[in-house]
Amino acid sequence: MSWAGLFAVWAGSLALVAMALAVTRPNVVHALIWVVAGLLSLAAGFFALGAGFAGAVQILIYAGAIIAVFVFVVMTIDSGPEAIARERGWLGTGWKLPLALVVLVLAPAVFGLAATAGPGAPTPVSPVALGATLFGPWAVAVEAASAMLIAALLGARHLARRERAP
Amino acid sequence: MTASLAALLVLILSAVLLAALMVTAGVFTWAERRILGFMQERLGPNRVGPFGFLQWVADTVKLITKEDAPPAGADRPAYLLAPVLAALPILAGFGVVAFAPGWTIADLDMGVMFVMGMLALTVYALVLGAWASRNRYATLGGLRAAAQLLAYESFLGLSLMGVVLIAGSFNLGEIVAAQEGGRWFVLVQPLGCALFLIAGVAAAHRLPFDLQESEQDLVAGFMTEYSGMNFALFFLGEYLAVLLVASLAVTLFFGGWHGPLLPGPVWFGLKVAAIAFVFVWIRATLPRPRYDQLIGFAWKVALPLALVNLLVTGWIVVGGAA
Repeated sequence: MSWAGLFAVWAGSLALVAMALAVTRPNVVHALIWVVAGLLSLAAGFFALGAGFAGAVQILIYAGAIIAVFVFVVMTIDSGPEAIARERGWLGTGWKLPLALVVLVLAPAVFGLAATAGPGAPTPVSPVALGATLFGPWAVAVEAASAMLIAALLGARHLARRERAP
Repeated sequence: MTASLAALLVLILSAVLLAALMVTAGVFTWAERRILGFMQERLGPNRVGPFGFLQWVADTVKLITKEDAPPAGADRPAYLLAPVLAALPILAGFGVVAFAPGWTIADLDMGVMFVMGMLALTVYALVLGAWASRNRYATLGGLRAAAQLLAYESFLGLSLMGVVLIAGSFNLGEIVAAQEGGRWFVLVQPLGCALFLIAGVAAAHRLPFDLQESEQDLVAGFMTEYSGMNFALFFLGEYLAVLLVASLAVTLFFGGWHGPLLPGPVWFGLKVAAIAFVFVWIRATLPRPRYDQLIGFAWKVALPLALVNLLVTGWIVVGGAA
């Protein structure tokens, strides 16, 4: 396997560990920081595999914006010792069975993917090629996604609307 | 073998760039205090070394030897992580900046997006520092920081996309190369440049966009509880962010390394210094806006303007190609 491939596997393993920690931390802000660490590891993996655009978007949109909004909300809720003790109680052993199921499903998929991977270094995808693919064969899917986003925007506008004083 | 040699070279270059950036940030703190002093009809630091030039060295020594005293109720891991997150992403962002033809650590396809992502990550330093301090002033500062940085990031990226469209590349080196012969993008993208500089001041959370640490009402906002080297790391992050935004502005709008007579890196440094000076000038001139005005401006004025700018640029580029 190439250096880039090895690095991608390393980054992917880090992402898995970080995400597992995110699930098992009793303190919600710590959990979110682990989610950010996981997303950044994934982005590093994308860069190593030559998918620069996916990596950059992962950092900019997911780590930089979406989780930042989560942190913004979480900051305002209580995370004192009582909240952490309560969370510990809920965590208990409840996460072990779902984790086992995920491993059961994912392990064959990972082995399957590893078997199909070619030997040499991965070929980088240029942003121009990516854009041509998105707005060429997949144009309808892109437009459908943007229509959904507009609908979400209008919905948010409606929910946030303040009643005018009579 | 050649691959590992290249990797070693990149490591050495990164170390050199890191040291250069630390010194530049230190000198910048001194320069800013002197310029602010002259603008406010006083002298500024002028005792250590010639013209007070070594003031930043004295400050560094003082900060290193100062005791760090986290509050008893603080969340230790998060409290210690926050200042590191303030400086590290900005340093990483410099990795893709093209100082001259070929003078770049990582010649990334996605240079512009990468720098934007690194600027976006600094929000965690502010928010985490505020949350971990368990201090009401800090929490207020953290809430302000999160809302402000999200609002200004939204049009920071969009204001740059006009340039990306015209240059046809996200690569910082290629964008500079497209401006050869005095065809600076500020001439064709004046609105994009203005919006970017406004967003840049906000992204570096400098006056007048520093409501998250505004001394008059929040003590020092998110970094109220910090002292010693942790405090210094926050400031290092802020000054490096100014330099990064200035480098980005020079690269995207002011022709990068292009210029007559002098060699490329010198031109780059001079232009970055000029923009950093404008940052200091703005700080000395403008008062802080009210918080609702600050957020309202970002979402209701700047974001639509950036979208219109992108739309019109798109029409012109597509029309020119057709």
